[in-house]
Amino acid sequence: MKGLLLAVAGLTAAFLSCASAADKLDPSCGGCHALVKPTDTSLDRLLTRKGPDLWYAGSKFNKEWLVSWLQDPKPIRPAGYPYFKNIKKGDKHDEIDSSKIPAHPKLKKADAESAAAALMALKAPPDLVPAGIFKGDMKGARMGGLAFIKFRGCVACHQGEKGEGGLSGPRLTDAGVRLQPDFIAAYTADPQRFDPHIWMPTSNLKDLDIQRLTAFLVQLSQGDK
Amino acid sequence: MKTQMVAAFAGLALLLASSTSHADQSIEQIYGVYCVQCHGLQRNGTGINVPALSVKPRDHTEAKGMGDTPDDELYKAIKEGGLAVNKSVLMPTWGRVLSEDQINGLVKYLRQVCKCGK
Ligand code: HEC
Repeated sequence: MKGLLLAVAGLTAAFLSCASAADKLDPSCGGCHALVKPTDTSLDRLLTRKGPDLWYAGSKFNKEWLVSWLQDPKPIRPAGYPYFKNIKKGDKHDEIDSSKIPAHPKLKKADAESAAAALMALKAPPDLVPAGIFKGDMKGARMGGLAFIKFRGCVACHQGEKGEGGLSGPRLTDAGVRLQPDFIAAYTADPQRFDPHIWMPTSNLKDLDIQRLTAFLVQLSQGDK
Repeated sequence: MKTQMVAAFAGLALLLASSTSHADQSIEQIYGVYCVQCHGLQRNGTGINVPALSVKPRDHTEAKGMGDTPDDELYKAIKEGGLAVNKSVLMPTWGRVLSEDQINGLVKYLRQVCKCGK
């Protein structure tokens, strides 16, 4: 009986602490971002989303980057989110319709720090972003760069070195400052595990490709200045 | 009486929920999410990513070129990517994102866009 009570208490505590991580954020964050893993995995959710999911933010971002970005938020996705709602026909090719992209709220330093702390508590389950999935070998960075712009075509949708690249995906010019290496590796290997209908395709990448691409992205740190 | 009402409402809610969540997404919507980034709003290979592409995305409105490409090649290109049909890697693999039905739907849709059968 005592054991049962303890178990219930433990479960409740676990539940509360998990819920309160999201609760520590300003409620308005939840208006655009999923702070808890959504049960709705339909394409409709993608079509109505206003901002990227943050329920695994603590396994995705570097905290220092969050603190500074939240105080001076510059667009990460050149065409906003989702890209397909913010484009229009242009002369030679489609163009971004900036009038449709709302600015992200700017936080004061103290608020940015507490929001970043709350976001860092939103961890992905360990099998989604396995610790150490990026083995840390930076020697592959050069080959990763070639894969990025040439052999794997990542550059079609992402801006990489020198800001060159496509516009429908997030800018990766400062990926190493913004993102955790294990997240880069896990997400690149299979974006649909994070987000079943996301418009980043799963390429048939071997682990060697993933390691090299991650090494390449980890050393991209030009920042967004 | 009351329980019957509740049961009826629950049934209705279930019905509604299942009919919306399983409703087929229109193929046009799917093209608009996944393909437009490169192939463009006009479906003619002029998406926002085009300046970054060293190979131009296929113009899906062009009857000649599309007409010369059989359905099974279109299917394979979409599912397994450009490399699988000796084309550029810049055409991604969609097999993990789209279902077989959706890919077949896209092939049919492309035939409408190019106004060319095969
Ligand atoms: C990242 C950019 C990109 C995206 C996204 C993309 N494509 Fe392509 N696609 C290309 C490029 C580039 C080519 C031309 C390849 C070549 O000619 O070597 C191409 C070619 C094709 C072809 C012609 C294949 C052949 O055998 O000639 C088809 C069909 C096609 N795309 C369909 C689609 C569909 C359907 C989607 C959405 C599910 C899509 N593409 C998304 C870049 C893209």
